[in-house]
Order: sequence, then structure tokens, then C-alpha cells
Amino acid sequence: MSEHANHSEKQQLEGLTSRYLRATIIFIIASFLVVFLLGVSISVGVTDIQLQTVWEAVFAFDSSLTNHQVIWELRLPRALGAALVGAFLAVSGAVMQGLTRNPLASPSIMGVTHGAAFALIVAIVFFPTISNSGMTISAFIGAGLGVILVFAVGSFSKGGLTPVKLALAGVAVGGMLSSLSSAISLHFQVAKQMSFWYAGGLAATDWVSVKILLIAGAVGLTLAFIISRAVTILSLGEDVSKGLGQNTLVAKSLGIIVVFVLTGAAVSVAGTVGFIGLVIPHVTRFFVGTDYRLIIPVSAVFGSLLLVISDIGARLVNAPYETPVGAITACIGVPFFLYLARGEGRGI
Amino acid sequence: MNQKRLPIVLGALTILLVTVFILSLNMGVVKIAPLDVLRTLFGQGTEKQNLVLFDFRLPGMIIALVIGAGLGVSGAILQGVAQNDLADPGILGINTGAGFAVILYIFFFQESMARVTGFGLYILPVFALLGAFVAAILVYVLAWKKGVNPVRLILVGIGINAGFSAALIIFQVKMNPQDFNQALVWLAGDIWMSNWNLVFAVVPIIILMILYTIYKSSTLNILNLGDQMSIGLGAAVEKERRTLLLLAVGLAGLCVAAGGGIAFLGLVAPHIARRLIGPRHEQMLPVAALTGALFLLAADTIGKNIIAPAEIPVGIVVSIVSTPYFIYLLMKTQ
Repeated sequence: MSEHANHSEKQQLEGLTSRYLRATIIFIIASFLVVFLLGVSISVGVTDIQLQTVWEAVFAFDSSLTNHQVIWELRLPRALGAALVGAFLAVSGAVMQGLTRNPLASPSIMGVTHGAAFALIVAIVFFPTISNSGMTISAFIGAGLGVILVFAVGSFSKGGLTPVKLALAGVAVGGMLSSLSSAISLHFQVAKQMSFWYAGGLAATDWVSVKILLIAGAVGLTLAFIISRAVTILSLGEDVSKGLGQNTLVAKSLGIIVVFVLTGAAVSVAGTVGFIGLVIPHVTRFFVGTDYRLIIPVSAVFGSLLLVISDIGARLVNAPYETPVGAITACIGVPFFLYLARGEGRGI
Repeated sequence: MNQKRLPIVLGALTILLVTVFILSLNMGVVKIAPLDVLRTLFGQGTEKQNLVLFDFRLPGMIIALVIGAGLGVSGAILQGVAQNDLADPGILGINTGAGFAVILYIFFFQESMARVTGFGLYILPVFALLGAFVAAILVYVLAWKKGVNPVRLILVGIGINAGFSAALIIFQVKMNPQDFNQALVWLAGDIWMSNWNLVFAVVPIIILMILYTIYKSSTLNILNLGDQMSIGLGAAVEKERRTLLLLAVGLAGLCVAAGGGIAFLGLVAPHIARRLIGPRHEQMLPVAALTGALFLLAADTIGKNIIAPAEIPVGIVVSIVSTPYFIYLLMKTQ
């Protein structure tokens, strides 16, 4: 009997290490792909630049060469911005899905991005002299507003946060905030500017944005790793979590801070880029299982991968014009959402 | 009890409606006193009063009334069919589908929204209808899995809605700023063309469809009992459901053609109606139609006057007023 127990424990342990090993390998391969695609992303554009020049510009910068300047001032921050924003959205989505045990949870479905958009437009209209960092702060506040509203609607509901309720709460809060945004932007005639922002895009990413992203990432991603174990346990159910002596309130509050910091930063830089936060955690779970200690880092890299590819696509699909990157991620995200909604994924 | 209540409810709503109607006719940049409004309506007005009332205000208000009623009934059908109190043509992606088709039409065939006249005026509702049907068919087909489950219907609708929104954005950012603004106003919900031609183009069809829906109210009552019950009662559930969906989509499509993407009205009107008169459709549908009409006319009046001379699109007023109610419903229902 005890031999048998030992045996199965050993098996479990082996299963665990093999899963860790597998996740690590996936993580490393995906990271290499991201780095390679960053190079590709930097090299394609109005004028194509050879990968070798990209390499030289990064590691042996020569300020007398125009190409080097273009790479350093425009394309490198943009590519890095895409990678970071993708990672942030994916991790936010993963944390949201874990905390709510809801497969449809994600920043774009849940009114978070609309909240940020609303705050931004208020800032632009009422404080026209606002600085870049001021705009970022207002996006943060708005994202927070969205998160709090949707979670509040969900948690005050009879029967709790079911997938349908969460989706509907997101639609309602998002709809309300975007109506207010359109009213303000129409009245103050900034609608066209807003639309570009709404469409999502990385064209305006500069080094300042990258700095903001790096700071937010340092806080948000670290916190996400810290709570990853708690999220795994919470994803098994509130009762299990309490039974194991976890303080679910602390884990949930920290989780909301993660979502709020990461989404706020992502949205303030790239506008509304939907579906990454929805799709990537599911794809990741398919590869690495249900342990959030693995899901969070791997989601981050997969998210980077998806947004860097989408951003390259945004520039190539209808060159020389840019297609809104949000539309490209939606092309991937909508069919996936429908697949989940049909109940063919797990959990609904 | 309800039998006696119906005339009272209908009477009260009609009185409110007439009051708002006269108030709305009287308000605006050119004020016309209520008595003068009545006098003008009966053909005794000055030339200027005639012009303002008959050429500018009246057509828009008639359209507001009719599409308010249409959206109310469309929402009532969808809620009955989806057996979900939170269904609405906006949430199911039907509005966005119609909006997308109209934007495509304007993008490819017209130089600008302002120039849609004559023939285009009749083509536009056709495009909106087509878009609404394409969206609805997509939702229906994708939600189909050995039948259509109400939860799946709503979730698939939300997905389709997101898809059309993304597609819309691609075309929107390519428009010139002026067209873009007009498109945005229209997508937010706006009775964009208040002239008699549009009234003649859409109003009779909407009214006929509303009447036909009321005629079908017993079927809706049966569907409301749930699938098993209604199959037991011998209704060809899937077929009836499809006919009713066609009606709901047709109504929503026409309303979008005339009034843009007005969200949440189709949701709220039937709820208020149910509160007032109970769930039986032969009574609830007329009340929902009147409630929708009243709601939209009031919202239109508010939107036109609250920050006059600027206007707020009516759909935005509707959305700001009714979202809190929607959220309240969401929190209350199981």
C-alpha cells in the first residue's frame, strides 16, 4: 500500500518536473522567436532594412547613418513596445481568468480598455496641455475605473460572476463608457483622433512609452509571479483556496492591481488592442497545463509573439497604409471567442 | 386584474406620449408655444411655423416614435426567443451588422453621408436590412449545436458584435474627418435624416411588422415556457423561433437604417412593459411598443435641447440613461 503510494507520488513528481521542463523549453523557443521577430519587425517598413543593418544599428550604432537613426528612433521602440504590450495584455488576461475562474475574462471584454479610453479623452479635452505622463496616469485611472465597475457589477450580482454575466457586465460598462467618450469627442471635435487611438496601434510608440512600459512591467509582472501560486489555488475554487488557508482577499486585491497596472500601461501606449488577453491564456493552458506559475511567464512570451506578429501584419496587409492592429488581433480573437462561446473549449 | 389594467396603462402611456410630442415640437432653436403648435398642426400656422414644424421637426419625431416602438418590439421578441431577459438587438450584434453594411455602402458608393438622397434613400434601408440579416444568420448558425441554446446565443452574439466592430473600425479610420464624424454620430444612434421620404420608406413596413408580431403573441407565450414545455404543447419550436427571429431582425435592421445604432432601448422597453402589465405578450407587446416610442422621443428631445444649439446623438442619451438600468437588471437576475 505504502509502496503504491510512494510509487504514485514519484510518478506525480516526475509528471511535475517533466511539465516544468516542457514549459521551460517552450518558453525558451518562444523567446528566441520573439527576438527574431523583433528583428523582422524592425527591418520591414516604408523602406525595408536588411536584418544585418538592424543588428549593427543595435549593437554598433553609427549616428551618421540614416537607417541607423530610423531604427533607433522609430522602429526599435515600436517593436519593443509591441512585445511589452502583448505580454502585459496576455498576463492580465491570465490573471483575470484565474481569479474569476471565467474563461471569457479578459481586459477588452471587461470594459477595462473602454475605461482607459474614456479617461484619456476626458484628459485630452479638459486638460489640453497635458503631458505624456499625465495621459498615462489618466489611462491608469480609467482602467482602474473599468476594472472596479465590472468586478463590482459581477460581485453584487445574484449567482456571482458567471461567464455570461461577466460578458454582459463588460458589454454594459464598456457601452456606457464608450457612449460617454463619443459624446465628449463629438462635442469637442476630437473624434477622429480618438478613433485612431480606439483602433489600436503602435505607430506612436517612442522611448518615453517604452520607459513607462518597463516601469509598469517591473511592478506588474513581478507581482503577477508572486501571486501565481495563489492564483492556481484560487482557480480551483474559492472553497479549496480557503480550505488550504489562503487569504483569498489579499490574492484577489493583488490580482486586481496587476490587471490594473499592466492593462493601464498597455492601453495608454497602444490604445485598445483586443483579444490578446482572451486568447493567449487559453493557448498557453493548452501547452503547459493549469499551473499559473507556468501559465504566467509563458503567456507573457506568447503575448509578445502575437502582438509583434500582428504589428508586422498591420504594416504589411495594406502597405503603405497601416491597418489598425486591433483589427488584426480581432481577426484571430473573434473566431476563438466564438469557439469558446460554443462551449467547445473547457469551462463554459 | 391585468385585463382591467391594460386600458389604463395604454391610456396613461398615450397621454404621456402626446405631452412629450407637443413639448418636443415646441422646443428647439425656434420656440413655438404649445397652443401655436396645435394651431399649426391643424393648418392655421404662419409660414415660418409651418416650415419649422412640418419640414424640420415632425418627420424626425415620427421616425423617433416608430423606431422606438420597433426596437421595443424587436427586443421583446429576442428576449422571448432567447429566453433571456438581457437580450437586445445591440447586444446580439444585429445593430453592428446593419451599421457595418451601411458604412460599407457609404464608403464604396457615396462620396459622403450628407449626399445620400433620392434613390440612395431607399437603398440604404435595404443595405441595413441585409447587414442585420447577415449578422443574425451568423449568430444563429454559429450558436447552433443540436438546437440553439439561449446562453450560447447571447455569447455568440457578443462575439459577432466584437467582430463587426473591428471591421467597422478599419473603414472608419479611412474616412475623411467630416464623413468620419457623421458616421460616428450615426453609429452612436441618430435620427439622421428627418425628411418625409424616409418616413414613407420605412414607417409603414415597421408598423406592419409590429402588428404581425402582436398577432403572433401566443407563439411567443408558448416559447417563453421553455423548449421542453413548448415541444410538449406541439409547437414546431425551431420553425416558429426562426420566423420570430426574422421579424426581430427585420425590425432592428429597419430601425438601424433610420436611426443608427441605438443600443439598450430594445432591452429596457420590454422590461418596463413587463413591469407595467405582466409577461403575456398580447398585452406586453403593445405596451413595449408605446414605451419604446415614448423613451426614444423623450431621449431625442433631450439630446436636441440639453446643450442646444449643439446636439447629442439620441443613441448616446438612450445609452447613458438605460445602462444603469441594464446593470441593475443584470445584478438582479439569476
